[in-house]
Amino acid sequence: MLTLDQATYDAIVAHAKRDHPDEACGIVAGPAGSDRAERLVEMVNAAGSPTFYEFDSTDLLHLYKEMDARDEEPVVVYHSHTATEAYPSRTDIGLAMEPNAHYVLVSTREHGNNDGPVEFRSYRIVDDQVTEEPVEIVEQLPATAQTRSSA
Amino acid sequence: MAIEVRIPTILRTYTDGEKSVTGEGDSLSALIDDLESSHPGIKERLIDDGDLRRFVNVYVNDEDVRFLGGLKAPLSDGDQVVVLPAVAGG
Repeated sequence: MLTLDQATYDAIVAHAKRDHPDEACGIVAGPAGSDRAERLVEMVNAAGSPTFYEFDSTDLLHLYKEMDARDEEPVVVYHSHTATEAYPSRTDIGLAMEPNAHYVLVSTREHGNNDGPVEFRSYRIVDDQVTEEPVEIVEQLPATAQTRSSA
Repeated sequence: MAIEVRIPTILRTYTDGEKSVTGEGDSLSALIDDLESSHPGIKERLIDDGDLRRFVNVYVNDEDVRFLGGLKAPLSDGDQVVVLPAVAGG
């Protein structure tokens, strides 16, 4: 299951709507091994396309170096589909290279840039196998042991 | 001559889980051959049909090797190489 806080969920949806009809993409980083989606990083879709997304190669390096320095990993990798359902395409499956990530798909096909509901779904993609998982939206992520003790 | 190579999560199955390995070679191509000798199987994940795979990014000292001559990119002692799969899809 993927657990997201409401603000992060809202920000991903807003990004997808803003970039429609092109695909929007980004990640949510979190402490390595924690499975906590804590830090949203919107990325530029270097492909600037309604049918393809790709992080710019220089941005990609900066992002991974930054995560490395903070001992983070990509907990969520998200992108939008703007004309089709929120299900991984064959290309998405073939290029999924983060076995530990939750792959989030948002479809803006119904309302485009406008207000209105979107399809928001999450998957694990490992060795070309796609497994959908529930998405739980919470007000705030549960406190970690560390934040509890310092509170 | 030692070159540090950062290995992405998906390829750590070839490096016993190591995030970083060292290799040698005076070009990216030679380095990858050297890595293959100590980590068999890794070359095929980086190279296809004699060229760097389209969706694998390799950087030498923070520069994308596509701007440095690709597999012919020259390397020298102390260079840092980073391998990152593209984050991409349709």
